Amino acid sequence: MDITLQHYLAVGAMLFTIGVFGIFVNRKNVIIILMSVELILLAVNINFVAFSTYLNDVAGQVMAMFILTVAAAEAAVGLAVLVTFFRNRGDIAVDDASVMKG
Amino acid sequence: MNIETLVTLGVFAPLLGAAIAGLTGRRIGDLASQTITTGLLFASCAVAWIVFYQHTWGHMASFTVELLPFINVGDFQSNWSIRIDALSATMLVVVTTVSSLVHLYSWGYMAEDPDRPRFFAYLSLFTFAMLALVTAADFMQLFFGWEGVGLASYLLIGFWYKKPSANAAAIKAFVVNRVGDFGFALGIMTVFWMFGTVQFAELFPMIESKAGTGWMFAGHVWSALDLAAFLLFIGAMGKSAQFFLHTWLPDAMEGPTPVSALIHAATMVTAGVYMVCLLSPLFEYAPIAADFVALIGAVTAMFAATVGLAQNDIKRVIAYSTCSQLGYMFFAAGVGAYEAAMFHLFTHAFFKALLFLGAGSVIHGMHHEQDMRKMGGLWKYLPITYGVMTIGTIAITGLGIPGIGGFSGFYSKDSIIESAFASAASGHSPMGLFAFFVGIIAAGLTAYYSWRLIFMTFLDKPVWKDAHGDDHAHGDDHHHGPLHPHESPWVMLVPLLILSVGAIAAGFVFAPYFIGHHEAAFWGAAIFTAPDNHVLHESHEVPTWVKWSPLILTLIGTFVAYWVYVVKEGMARRMAERGGVIYAFLYNKWYFDELYNATFVRGSKALGDLFWKVGDVKIIDGCGPNGMAFLSRVLASRLSRLQSGYVYHYAFVMLLGVAGFLAFALYAWGA
Repeated sequence: MDITLQHYLAVGAMLFTIGVFGIFVNRKNVIIILMSVELILLAVNINFVAFSTYLNDVAGQVMAMFILTVAAAEAAVGLAVLVTFFRNRGDIAVDDASVMKG
Repeated sequence: MNIETLVTLGVFAPLLGAAIAGLTGRRIGDLASQTITTGLLFASCAVAWIVFYQHTWGHMASFTVELLPFINVGDFQSNWSIRIDALSATMLVVVTTVSSLVHLYSWGYMAEDPDRPRFFAYLSLFTFAMLALVTAADFMQLFFGWEGVGLASYLLIGFWYKKPSANAAAIKAFVVNRVGDFGFALGIMTVFWMFGTVQFAELFPMIESKAGTGWMFAGHVWSALDLAAFLLFIGAMGKSAQFFLHTWLPDAMEGPTPVSALIHAATMVTAGVYMVCLLSPLFEYAPIAADFVALIGAVTAMFAATVGLAQNDIKRVIAYSTCSQLGYMFFAAGVGAYEAAMFHLFTHAFFKALLFLGAGSVIHGMHHEQDMRKMGGLWKYLPITYGVMTIGTIAITGLGIPGIGGFSGFYSKDSIIESAFASAASGHSPMGLFAFFVGIIAAGLTAYYSWRLIFMTFLDKPVWKDAHGDDHAHGDDHHHGPLHPHESPWVMLVPLLILSVGAIAAGFVFAPYFIGHHEAAFWGAAIFTAPDNHVLHESHEVPTWVKWSPLILTLIGTFVAYWVYVVKEGMARRMAERGGVIYAFLYNKWYFDELYNATFVRGSKALGDLFWKVGDVKIIDGCGPNGMAFLSRVLASRLSRLQSGYVYHYAFVMLLGVAGFLAFALYAWGA
């Protein structure tokens, strides 16, 4: 059985869905939100790379490298925010982070 | 200097004094303010007497000085002017004489008051407004003066503004006068609507042509002239404290006593009488309004005299006496004897100012005690005051022998009573007979309450000696302890002596000019009497019993007062203590204040409450600012529930949004 473009896209969609649900089904941990965001970005990356190979266009792979860079930066900033958040509140439970409640 | 310039200076001198004392009084000091205002007032008084002398004995013709245009809109013309004729010359003399004497008197009476420049400024301002009123040549200036004296009256009643009762009295006077002024303003509008002018000189000749015109309403022809005269008389009722609109005058006694003498006895309250006499051309052709004037005048004369019987405050007794005497003047004008009304106004100014200033002297001597029940036996301590007050009382009771002569009140009051009888006898006025009987009965009551005042104050047992010395002594002689009544200083006694000369002599000196042989020459065109109005002329030929009846009633009243207060000393006190329905009725002034409180005051308060609590708070605020604020707060609190603060909620909504937009884009553009 050949592994076709559709398989790659299906994996990407699954990862994306898992990531999205990870964001708003999870009620406990901010780190999991970060990880979910990472999953979404990787799902996008898989799509880019799959299409790049499929279309014989390197631009998609270049874009994937950009996204990896941005994801790394985002993870660094996110963790830094998380550390500060933990220092201020002594906890990283998502349900407690409701300062913006109207 | 010609007479026009002189008159102009005379009228504006008090305004100058008021401006100097009022604006720079603090800088130039008390003494300078007093000197300037009083000096200018005496100058004004001298001018007034020159004018009056020239008019009465110098054959000076009437004239009008036009100063400036006042209001000049389309057909409506009004000018600042000074009209000099018999009426205004008389009023000039009355106003400036009493005013200058009151200024002088206030040097003594107000000696310990810290606000003397303000007081003298108000007094001078009042005098100017009154002079503007009496010299008006059209309705607008008359109205200006009318409101000006009202303002000065308000300021002076509330002069001691720290006293809540004085403030309340000032507001009451102002509000009650507004009721009258409303009628007055409507009357002026009616006149302008009918005649297209408010100038007296243009208006008066036109009145006859409109006599009898009117309009149909409810099956009856309503005379337009009667309506105009009636409305104008409403204004006079307010200013002159006539029945229904009298309640402010007794309360106005909260002001300093010189103010009561000047404004609420001699001058301002007589403005209504002056206006009715000035408008004699109108009232002569408005018989129904004239009857109404006579009726109200007679009722007031009777009402105020009965209330005066039972009052204990020395100033209130005199206030009701003023009210009653104004009633006399009005019914004289109402039955057609305008000359007699003006004459009584003239003589009344002297003896009523005298009585008020005398009462002020007593109050000053008793250290601000006004209750006559706490006086008594003062003749020994205030002999000069006692003397002049007795003269004033004889003058007001109209003591005199018909055919021979008497004090000033005798000439004017008897002339009024005889005019009333004459108008009834000739059928000129249907109110004549009623007015006549009221006049003689009120004369008896006048004698009773006037002598009662003298007896209670000066002759009765000196009650104050037994009382505790808890009086708040005035000023520097801060003696606590028993009361020591003392005679007033000369600066207060001199005006009293001058006025008492007027109270004695004003009658027989001026009777020939005001109501006697020279009457026609004296009044000239100032007072108009219709060709069928011979009331004044006939009043000299009334039967003998009519001439004697006021004297007899006066003597009876005097005797009863003497019997109750002097012979049977203490009898009156026991009578008052026993009370009784009639006594309570009179003591409470026919319950007018209570009646007005229950109806007008309570009613307007309820109306105000309605507009405030329902109209403003509920409807306007409820639908306007408060309602909007409430609505946005409720909506905001509902909407704020969406702001849970949980990141995943926001993210979920974002996702829904993105999905929604994407679906829309796919569907709409088919991409």
